[in-house]
Parts: sequence; C-alpha cells; structure tokens
Amino acid sequence: MIKNIINLGDAALYCDFGAEVNKEINSKIINYFKNLKKNKIFGVTNITPSYNKLIISFDLTKINYEKLKDKIINIELDDLAKETKKIVKVPVCVDDEFSFDLNRLSEKLNLGLEKILESFFNKEYFCYMTGFIAGMPFLGDIDRKIRLKRLETPRVKVPKGSIGITEQFCNIYTYESPGGWNIIGNTPIKVFDKLNENNPATINPGDNVRFYKINKSEYLNWND
Amino acid sequence: MIKAYFEILRPGINSTLQDEGRAHQNHIGVPFSGAMDNRNYLISNYLVGNKSNLASLEFAYQGPLLKLKLGQVLAAITGNVTFNIIRNNLTVEEGVCYQTFKLNPDDQIDIISTNKSVYGYFSVQKGLKGDYYWKSCSVNTKAKIGSNEGEKFSINQKIYLNQSESEFNSKKIDYSNLKIEFIRVLKGTNFNFFSEKAKKTFFSNEFTVSKLTDRMGMRLEGSSIENIVDTNIRSEGLIKGVIQVPADGMPIIMLSDHGTIGGYPKISVVISADYDKLVQLTPGTKIKFKLIELSEAETLFKIYNMETENILNQIN
Repeated sequence: MIKNIINLGDAALYCDFGAEVNKEINSKIINYFKNLKKNKIFGVTNITPSYNKLIISFDLTKINYEKLKDKIINIELDDLAKETKKIVKVPVCVDDEFSFDLNRLSEKLNLGLEKILESFFNKEYFCYMTGFIAGMPFLGDIDRKIRLKRLETPRVKVPKGSIGITEQFCNIYTYESPGGWNIIGNTPIKVFDKLNENNPATINPGDNVRFYKINKSEYLNWND
Repeated sequence: MIKAYFEILRPGINSTLQDEGRAHQNHIGVPFSGAMDNRNYLISNYLVGNKSNLASLEFAYQGPLLKLKLGQVLAAITGNVTFNIIRNNLTVEEGVCYQTFKLNPDDQIDIISTNKSVYGYFSVQKGLKGDYYWKSCSVNTKAKIGSNEGEKFSINQKIYLNQSESEFNSKKIDYSNLKIEFIRVLKGTNFNFFSEKAKKTFFSNEFTVSKLTDRMGMRLEGSSIENIVDTNIRSEGLIKGVIQVPADGMPIIMLSDHGTIGGYPKISVVISADYDKLVQLTPGTKIKFKLIELSEAETLFKIYNMETENILNQIN
C-alpha cells in the first residue's frame, strides 16, 4: 500500500505509493483519501490525492508529523473506493473555433483528424485526481495512438471548458487559465459549481468519464 | 439588516477580504488562502475585540481609501503601515498601527502604503461582511471563490459591516515586525534531484525576491539551481512554503493561493515559523536559506505560536 511516508515541510505528510501511474495504484490512494475524510482525524486540514502520492497537511498547533504518521500507518481501511463511483457524460463540440490543436496533433501523430477524434471518443476515462485549478479533472488513459507532449510554448489563456490532451491524460479547463495541453474541443457544461458546496465538482477522483460529440448549435443552446 | 458600510473611493492595489482560510478543499483544486500574515491578521482582530474567525481587509503596498457610511465603528490597522484618518470635518489625523481608533459617519480612512513590507490588515469590531464558501470568506481570485465574487475590490464598491455600532474599548499594544536574516527550510521531497554544487549554491548564495510575486507564489532570482535527475515530476499535491525549481533553475516559493498540485521538483520547504515573515518580503529584498531539521522546525513553531498567544493575551 503506502510504500513510504516522509515529511513535506513541518506540517504535512508525503505518502508515496511508488513511481508507477495506473488505475489500480490510484484507486488505492483514493480509497485512503475517502477513509481519511470519513475518519476526520483531529488537526488534519487537507488531504490531496494525486496519481501516485497522497499529501496530508495538518495544523501544527494541533498535531505533529510523528503522531499523525502513527495514525496513518495504523488506520483501518474500509473499501470505499467503489461506493460513489459514477459515470459522467461530457458533451464536447470539436468545431474549428474550439479545437485549436487538432491539426497540430494530426501532423505530429501522422493521423487523420477523424481517426484522432474517433479514438478519443471511443474510450471511457478514469479520474485520477482533481486540482491545480478548482475542479479540473485529470483523466486517463487516452489511446497510445493519440499521445503527444505539451505545447512547447504554453498558451497564456486557454478558454474555460476546453478539453485538452497530453501524454496519457486528458482534462477539462474549468476556468480560463494558462496551459500547455493540446486542445481538441470545448464543453458547454459546468464542471465546477462553487455554489454547490457539498458537491462542487461534477467529476471526482475515482469517477469514470465518457465524452460525446455535439454540434455547434447544440453547444450554443446548451442548458445545464 | 445592517446598513453601515465603507464606500471604496480608491481600491488600492490588492485589497481583498481574508480570514483564517479555507480547509479541506485542496482535493478539488481550492487552496487554503486566508490572511497571508496570520499573526498580524490576528492582532488587528483582537485589538477590536474579535476572537473568532472574522473577515478583515487585507491590502498590499498601496491600500484603499474608504469612507464610512451610516455607522460608528472601532477599527485597527496592523502591519507596517502609513495611514491617515480624515475626519468628516476634513481634519486629518495621522494613523497609528497597533492601536484602535474610532470612525464616525463620513470619516475616511486613507491607507497610503505598507512600508518595507507587503501586507497590512484593517479590522473592525465584529468584522466586515463576507460571503462564505466552505466556511471561509477568503478571496481566491484564481478560482473566483470567496467574498466579492472572488475578486479584488474596485472603486465605488461597498464593503458592509456585520455591526453598525461598536462598543468603544480602546486598546493598544507595542509591537514591531521583526526582519529575518535567514529563511529556514527543511529538505524537500526531491532534494536529491539537485547536484551537490546546486545544493551548495542554494544554501550559500543570496536570492532576490522578484517582482513576479503575488498571493500565489514568490519567484526568486539568482544563481540557477542545477537539476541532475529530471526537471519534471508527476504532478502531486502542494502545500504553502514548498520551494519548487522548474527547468530554468529559478526557485518559486508556493504561497497561500498556490495551485493545489504541481509538477516541478521540490528542493525545500519553508518552516511554518517563518511563513508570516516570508510573505512580507518586498520585491528586491535579498534572502538566504538555511537548512534545519524537522525537530528544530517544530520547536521554532512552538515558540512562534507561544509568542503570538502572548501578544494576543496582552491585548485583553
């Protein structure tokens, strides 16, 4: 399970689950995350899961590294990973005005536009983590045929709703933000709603996501 | 319905409502935020009699010019701040930090600047009226979360008060903000990504705080820190105080509004006891890092926290 725990500064635990990134390891991390949330350990202020790490930060006036580490090592885990698992369907418009990098992908991958989109829409994706900016889901794995590095020079502004791919992952820009992922479309749905305090993110770690194509007029008339 | 409010005649450069911050939302991409200099935030609140987590106005460099409408309020400013109180008969009084003052209807408070520091705090009795998301009204401009739709204040806006009439209990305290010689740090989780020469450079050379510094992060300029393993790691969770070194070799310190995950190697992490002082360093300041051990960092925080509590107890 956790391969190693070290301190990240004086007010956080860095739980290492190894170097690999895959669904199995990530599901274990998400299960830890859900168990820790449920247990509400005194002094813990944030629990941040990622591909293969779990960062637990705490209030140093309430607990310290050694004491919390002890609790984490001895925690009894329930299987919570599957409890809330759901499939989220995300509509995407791939019109030219939204899919800035489709031609670049086509050239670099030596693959037709239709083939790239077919491959992208054909798969169901797993949400490894959300973050960087509020609600942004990091999804994977995309087909090997359509994997490409980030842009050499990141865009200063990627529009809200953009669907980006890079390496084995895809994501959704929940806010306008700088970014270097290859943009292939845009979704009209609200992926993050700050007014929904209990469930602000439409996609959460452990969820599955399916993208489907919509046309421009469906995009423009979308009503959440 | 409370009617008293401040009218913003000049917003200042970076004026936002802040409290003690927003816990438990990192996993959805929402950082902790909250007052950058927590000690000064607390002192300003204790001076006006606030002991719970209430909204204060945080300002940076040039602060706002505010006019009180329809209320009478006990207020205080902390930090190293030059400000004037312009009375409703237009007489001007020089403001003094760390002591309460009374504002009457149509009095103005002109927060001119923070001196050799970045952040200052303006608090009123029972707090300013915040909009709450996940139990905190702290503004995070990147995710547009918190009070004022998650934005900095702008001209002609109103900031409402939680209470129109204060009880006037004058308080003051002698306090001076201390400068630090070194920023003390612990080894980061990717410490060994850096060459021996780079580590030596990191702990012996001076770095300059760059102009590209805000509530999200502090960029540093100086000798490039050489990475001998990989300039990228798999994105993972971050905390405030983490010092990342991207491919260009220039360190960036994560501050309260940082992105919740990041993919650059972490050379060090600033200790909790030094954070309030770190955020007050202005662009152009030269800093040096000093490596210490975890147990020492914990002791230093205990001392720092005890000092803070002693200061707050003195106010009562």
